[in-house]
Amino acid sequence: MSTLEIRDLHVAVEDKEILRGVNLTVNSGQTHAIMGPNGSGKSTLAYAIAGHPKYTVTGGRVLLDGVDLLELSVDERARAGLFLAMQYPVEVPGVSVSNFLRSAVTAVRGEAPKLREFAKDLKNGMDALSIDPAFAQRNLNEGFSGGEKKRHEILQMELLNPKIAVLDETDSGLDVDALRVVSEGINRFRATGDTGVLLITHYTRILRYVKPDFVHVFAGGRIVEAGGPELADKLEAEGYEQYTKASA
Amino acid sequence: MGLNEKPLSTLHEKSSYDLGDFDVPTGREEAWRFTPLTRLKGLHNGKAEAAGHVRLDVDAAPEVTVETVGRDDARVGKSFTPTDRVSAQAWNSFEKATVITVPREAVASKPTVLTLTGEGDGAAYGHLVVKVEPLAEAVVVLDHKGSAVYADNIEFVVGEGANLKVVSLQDWDDDAVHVSHHHAQLAKDATFRSFVVTLGGDLVRLSPSVAYTAPGGDADLSGVYFVDAGQHLEHRLLVDHSQPHCKSNVDYRGALQGDRAHAVWIGDVIIRVEAEGTDTYELNRNLILTDGARADSVPNLEILTGEVAGAGHASASGRLDDEHIFYLQARGIPHDEARRLVVRGFLGQLIEKIHVEELRERVMSAVEAELAR
Repeated sequence: MSTLEIRDLHVAVEDKEILRGVNLTVNSGQTHAIMGPNGSGKSTLAYAIAGHPKYTVTGGRVLLDGVDLLELSVDERARAGLFLAMQYPVEVPGVSVSNFLRSAVTAVRGEAPKLREFAKDLKNGMDALSIDPAFAQRNLNEGFSGGEKKRHEILQMELLNPKIAVLDETDSGLDVDALRVVSEGINRFRATGDTGVLLITHYTRILRYVKPDFVHVFAGGRIVEAGGPELADKLEAEGYEQYTKASA
Repeated sequence: MGLNEKPLSTLHEKSSYDLGDFDVPTGREEAWRFTPLTRLKGLHNGKAEAAGHVRLDVDAAPEVTVETVGRDDARVGKSFTPTDRVSAQAWNSFEKATVITVPREAVASKPTVLTLTGEGDGAAYGHLVVKVEPLAEAVVVLDHKGSAVYADNIEFVVGEGANLKVVSLQDWDDDAVHVSHHHAQLAKDATFRSFVVTLGGDLVRLSPSVAYTAPGGDADLSGVYFVDAGQHLEHRLLVDHSQPHCKSNVDYRGALQGDRAHAVWIGDVIIRVEAEGTDTYELNRNLILTDGARADSVPNLEILTGEVAGAGHASASGRLDDEHIFYLQARGIPHDEARRLVVRGFLGQLIEKIHVEELRERVMSAVEAELAR
């Protein structure tokens, strides 16, 4: 049982306040969807939790099982059990997917995986996400299509098996087939039962495949409404307009 | 220019065996403006007396002959003429030359390794000829180590349909000064692969050049360098396409770290009027790891014919990308290891191309060691 607690989080980018007091608790076994219009600060929340240097935390705390993540470096947060699936995974020339994954798994587990076991896990993971095995030898994200990059993010999540996964618009730019494959991956990960998911999205489409337990509406840098899955249906019907007006 | 005159290249016009034809460089010349002349220890102004010694040990393939010859040997100095003051100084100062011959149609069964060990104290001058006769194939390794003030000319004479692969490692001690010219001359359908690795030395200035005597020549020049604090590592390439339907490819990459780490890369390619159907590309990339390091990168492509198959160049010098490091760190990989992965990846793609496996490993571990500093 793990808990991610975000308490009154304030974050600025270049002196401009983007997050204005975010409060949210995610327990393992739960899936929380954060929905909001563009520019509402959803991605800022994801990157600030992960520790991207561009974002300055000006107030509040982020606790994972009582440990303040904000005191840790980016890699320490990942090793503490946090995972961020990026909206735009960067291409890293010269670093192969398999070399990268082995380094990441070794770092997170604290010891190098047995080569044969790792090869098997990697193959199974790639098969499940319909990733061509040849990708293992390619450079990280280099020349990958949008859908390939997202599937590769989910592969990393499954291999690293974090306590809490934050998925930043993993559904954006995916066609229906890719969305289904990615959603199945998220559901496999959820089915392990001891992990929590924070799903950040602009669209309700992915919520038909990945059923959330809680839905939060994000606008103007904070959560403005919270509810159950039915809130997503309301957003589907009415859009974000009422929230953007209210926060403006 | 009259109607019947051909346009001439403005690059590298001057060449002579006579030292007096070259003025002592002042640092204002285009060819010398990047080089810290005071650190050349007199190689450029005639003050570096040949009192030192660079020992040569040769471990040759059985198919290959190795000879030590005098200045008057007919094979020496046939494929090139010095194009700068230090090259002319080396030409006028060496006493014995080494001639390596790969006989016609012979295929060398193992690399021929020349180990050059600087034994300190005073300057030394050298001359080497590697002659690969028609249809022969060989791999030659030049391994420079120790402490030296050394200027030399090397002639790679690659015969018709022959194939020569060269790896030149500049793995000098910290105080070494090395100015070297590698002249490759390619006959019809000859293939030349050069891989330069420069890691050590206070100042290394290496000028690889390629000339073609007939169509069908194919040259590939790769290089990797790692510049530490205070080092000046300079590579000046010249590919002179004077024959039709020849190819050249240049790819040099370097990493720099530390205060006053200075890399210079000059890539000159001339495609002369006669050189129709030339296919050439040159690339230089620098990865700057710390403040205080500087990379100068100047590609010059001079095209004097309208009939080329392909001609391009690219040069990029940049810092380690924060987004790359963030991505790797976000997967639990510690900062230093993330940095190592990215730099190893950046240079490793090229190091993979080194023709001798043991050397690939040695260079990779040398890069690892540099990164761990």
